[in-house]
Amino acid sequence: MKSLTLQLNGSKVTHEVEPRETLADFLRERCRLTATHLGCEHGACGACTVAVNGQATRSCLRLAIMCEGQSVQTLEGLEDDPTMEVLRRHFHQSHALQCGFCTPGMLMMARDILLRMPNPNAQTIRDQLSGQICRCTGYSGIVTAIVAAGRELGGAERPQP
Amino acid sequence: MKAAAFDYAIPKSVAEATALLGSNGAATAAIAGGQSLLPLLNLRVALPDLVVDLARLEELKEIAATQTNIRIGALTTHAAIEDGKLPEAFGGLMQKVASKISYRAVRNHGTIGGSVALADPAADWPGCLLALGAHVRIAGRKGTRSQPIGEFVLGQYSTSLAADEIIVGFDVPRPDAALRCGSFKVVRKSGAFANSIAFAISYGRGGPAAVVLAAAADRPCLLPAVAERIKAGEKSEDVLRDAIAQDVAKHVAKDDPYLMRLHTSTVLRAVREVQAK
Repeated sequence: MKSLTLQLNGSKVTHEVEPRETLADFLRERCRLTATHLGCEHGACGACTVAVNGQATRSCLRLAIMCEGQSVQTLEGLEDDPTMEVLRRHFHQSHALQCGFCTPGMLMMARDILLRMPNPNAQTIRDQLSGQICRCTGYSGIVTAIVAAGRELGGAERPQP
Repeated sequence: MKAAAFDYAIPKSVAEATALLGSNGAATAAIAGGQSLLPLLNLRVALPDLVVDLARLEELKEIAATQTNIRIGALTTHAAIEDGKLPEAFGGLMQKVASKISYRAVRNHGTIGGSVALADPAADWPGCLLALGAHVRIAGRKGTRSQPIGEFVLGQYSTSLAADEIIVGFDVPRPDAALRCGSFKVVRKSGAFANSIAFAISYGRGGPAAVVLAAAADRPCLLPAVAERIKAGEKSEDVLRDAIAQDVAKHVAKDDPYLMRLHTSTVLRAVREVQAK
């Protein structure tokens, strides 16, 4: 076991971890932050997407121990985030989820897209979302929600990641 | 699945990293972004005793323009290249190639050095760097060396790296204003292994040209007959197709009409992009 200290959703957190532990398992099992879902555990599905140092990251493709001293944000830490507030509302309005398993990863990636490219069109969103798998919706509700959220946020000042 | 147990070390210098990787009797693995190694660990395909984390070595982060070369540190991420962080655009080629690697979340951590060290036949960077004539800078316990990338990649997941050696970075010859680049990639789903990738570069009629096909054979291969046609300013589709067929047949089973057609199409599109500029 090794000691790991990182900034998790704005708070300093220290835990003993095994080197083989992924960031996803660390978040779910050690920190009990279960918004981050694990689908495939090899980088194909995108359900486990979080932000590391402000950058979208597959938490199943990162060892927790590699995050020593880094800043990790999960969906739980973005409750009051202005971009996420708008995204949540539009996901609700556009029926952008059915079973909800992919939704945390979709929201994290949608926020990343809107922070990098304000007011994106549907084609850009589809390209950028190509790493996130949803087996229920056929994606159209998700794309509609992100387009609408981008439009609403587009004119406003861009929030800092 | 979950990875099997291994030990983990963060070396503070290249010398320490090479000493750890070369430790006798241990199966060691170097990790940078981990975007290829983590799936292999999680699926228990890779079973190292020790994982050596190179991600904090400053020497591997150097990005610089010298008089003759653009120096790209091994730890440069695909996302950094996609976002235009290199001091030279190479006719837009590297940005375009970077933007088509897997997904943004993978590009944020995956590195150019990791991609070349793994030497997956379907990877983007080995072929792209071969077209641009890059050298690989390597450090080991006995010191440093530099090797043309065409000699560095030996085959499928096989390179000239010894157990104790790591890639420090790449020296890519500085292009002049005449450089024109084209590339085309066929991949059924983003993030999956590519089915065919072609790169074409040209310095105008009579100037140097190179054409590379990747994801076809066990390593990226140069297509000299096609490059000669670009040099000669050949525009005829029939002539170009003949040259492509002649080159590609050396690397792909000629009796597979699908593969011949696929690779012919990617190479032709890359060549057409160069010629349109």
